[in-house]
Amino acid sequence: MLYREAGDFKTSYAKDQQTFPIALDRWGYFLTIAVAVLVVPFILNDYWSNAVVLPFLIYAIAAIGLNILIGYCGQVSLGSGGFMAVGAYASYKLMTAFPELNIVFVVILSGGITALVGMLFGLPSLRIKGFYLAVATLAAQFFLVWLFNKVPWFYNYSASGQISAPERSLFGFAVTGANAHPATSYLFCLGFVFVMAWAARNMTRGANGRKWMAIRDMDIAAEIIGVDPLKAKLTAFGVSSFYIGISGALLFSVYLGAAEVGEAFGIEKSFLILFMVIIGGLGSMFGSFAGAAFMILMPVLLKNIMVGQMDWPTDLASHFQFVIVGGLIIIFLIVEPHGLAQLWRLTKEKLRLWPFPH
Amino acid sequence: MKLTKLAAAAIAATIAAGPVLADLVFPSLDYRTGAYAANGIPFADGYADYFALVNARDGGIGGVPAKVIACETGYNTEKGVECYESTKGQGALVYQPLSTGITYQLIPKATADGIPVHSMGYGRTSAANGKVFRNIFNYPANYWNGASIAVNHILAEEGGDVKGKTIALVYHNSAYGKEPIRTLEELSKKHGFKLSLLAVDHPGQEQKSQWLQIRREKPDYVLMWGWGVMNQVAIQEAANIRFPMDHFIGIWWSGSENDTLPAGDGADGYKALNMHNVGSDYPLYADLKKYVYDAGKAAGAGDQSGTVLYNRGMYAAMLAVEAAKTAQEMHGTKDITPAMMRDGMENLVIDEAKMAGLGMPNFGPSFSVSCENHGGPGLGAVQQWDASAKKWTLITEFGPSDMDVIGALIAEDSAAFAAENNITEGCN
Repeated sequence: MLYREAGDFKTSYAKDQQTFPIALDRWGYFLTIAVAVLVVPFILNDYWSNAVVLPFLIYAIAAIGLNILIGYCGQVSLGSGGFMAVGAYASYKLMTAFPELNIVFVVILSGGITALVGMLFGLPSLRIKGFYLAVATLAAQFFLVWLFNKVPWFYNYSASGQISAPERSLFGFAVTGANAHPATSYLFCLGFVFVMAWAARNMTRGANGRKWMAIRDMDIAAEIIGVDPLKAKLTAFGVSSFYIGISGALLFSVYLGAAEVGEAFGIEKSFLILFMVIIGGLGSMFGSFAGAAFMILMPVLLKNIMVGQMDWPTDLASHFQFVIVGGLIIIFLIVEPHGLAQLWRLTKEKLRLWPFPH
Repeated sequence: MKLTKLAAAAIAATIAAGPVLADLVFPSLDYRTGAYAANGIPFADGYADYFALVNARDGGIGGVPAKVIACETGYNTEKGVECYESTKGQGALVYQPLSTGITYQLIPKATADGIPVHSMGYGRTSAANGKVFRNIFNYPANYWNGASIAVNHILAEEGGDVKGKTIALVYHNSAYGKEPIRTLEELSKKHGFKLSLLAVDHPGQEQKSQWLQIRREKPDYVLMWGWGVMNQVAIQEAANIRFPMDHFIGIWWSGSENDTLPAGDGADGYKALNMHNVGSDYPLYADLKKYVYDAGKAAGAGDQSGTVLYNRGMYAAMLAVEAAKTAQEMHGTKDITPAMMRDGMENLVIDEAKMAGLGMPNFGPSFSVSCENHGGPGLGAVQQWDASAKKWTLITEFGPSDMDVIGALIAEDSAAFAAENNITEGCN
């Protein structure tokens, strides 16, 4: 009754092809952006920023990146943790080697470096597919972590192999380092998330995205109709790694401030991002955000309920967290194997017909 | 827009009102789950039980009750950040994260927030230079002291000459495990032994290849920087290749009952360093039994009492309580702030009389902290495992470390940190 297409007339092709064709969706989207930019920065404190919002935003970028590769191009990757490490170490080296370089360019250049590394490790995808490709990217994960542990140049020969982000500011406001105000770090990350999600959405419905999807659906058929698999697969790896690299750079410089490759970018991280993409929904922008929210916010929420409200012992709460999150993943995948995005899509379908389903 | 301002004002009001300073808050960033739980649990229990004792017996610190807020980190830095942010608003006086990775993360954050961090025998070693690391303390001893004490013990065993001998270091491949390498390299130059490095990746369950290499290379001594499940596996593997256990020396984080018990008789003779005494033969334990255990206030399962790491947790809590008392005396107020706590830690004096008065005679070395030296005297002893009696005993006195080598390294590393972060050295 409320959520409907009737009466919403499209008078131009541009209007017909917009991302949110239904007026209510569009308004919801504008409202979300407005709240995120105009309200959230004022009510954000250290805890909400550092424990909840920043990790959510940063992992959302990583999830979008991996979704481009897996969801749109159909190339399985288990190397996301390693690529995040490339982004993090690239940003560390750039920050310490060029102290004058603006932090925005540091992050973008880190993404670029990761894109090159990602394309290098994407080369095997031209010969191998599916599980075999997953194993090849797994090799990338272990190799990169080993590399950053082994070669002292990457951590500037520090005694412990830890990298720490120095303070960098944008327009006079500290963005990285301990003195950054939660609102500035938040807006900095939000800016990246907005631009990158917008770019990804438009990329995936343009010519490149269609090539990726053709490869995903059937690579031989795609080749016959004129899609160059070399270009399509390598651009997917490059773009995906660019996103993951940026998220790694932000994770290290803005969120954590100090990191150690084995602990922060281990194989668990690759799985975490893969789960976000699978639970959120393959091939969906909304799914990337939903998946990141589920995997990042749910444990914090459960911890606050069980320890903060119900006063349970911390170890019991921590064990229960595994049980509940694990159980929810199973339930979601049974109810809707295509992830949270598909659940959302079905809800919208039902809402369109409500209250008179036929 | 009006609504936004209202909301902002409401939030600002809640923040400004802040927590009521009823209790002295000591957050415990502990871990009772994951690959490091075997070592995290006894430490957390000891830490919590000592505060429970102080509350029950003395009515708190100077009459103000102490409140321990437990937060599970799982030895994970991201959860550590969450724990830090969630507890710091509640008036946290000092952080003891029991993880080198989390300590590195907290050093800039806690410095900016003005909250002291006490990384007792772990963390960033160069924090011993209090002129650069104003809010970070790592007394009574740090990793580099540990490395030197281990080498000193080997020197004593070998009659003062280790030229041409080989010492292997089996280490956790993380900031924690890598810390001693630089000191050991310096010492190997000084004393002429050959150093061989063997990294073990997190979590440390897989060490077959490292121990195969040790079996092939036959080093004269093996040192270990391990934690959690890595310790148990390493001791078992050493026993499997019949490495002489009295030539196998762990750092103080690799020498607890939970590490040696799984290997059974094979672990007999294994050595580890320690910064305090072992066992439960202290008057304090009678108080603990009376006020804590029998009152049903023991933390966790209550089965860790008297173990090495339980004692260490207690020791950490004792040092925190004494620092808080010092701060109360210095500033003449009972409700101390984190900044006052920092002053208390910087002026902490622990002597034999004080420890005896607390029911812990001869428990640890006497020392005092100053602005120039946040690292304490760097004394350590060697303990040895007796598998038939299932207990650790100290086999040496608390001995000194080679401060000529370590002091230079600390100055170099802290100067690098100061340059990176634009800190001017100084005590004011």
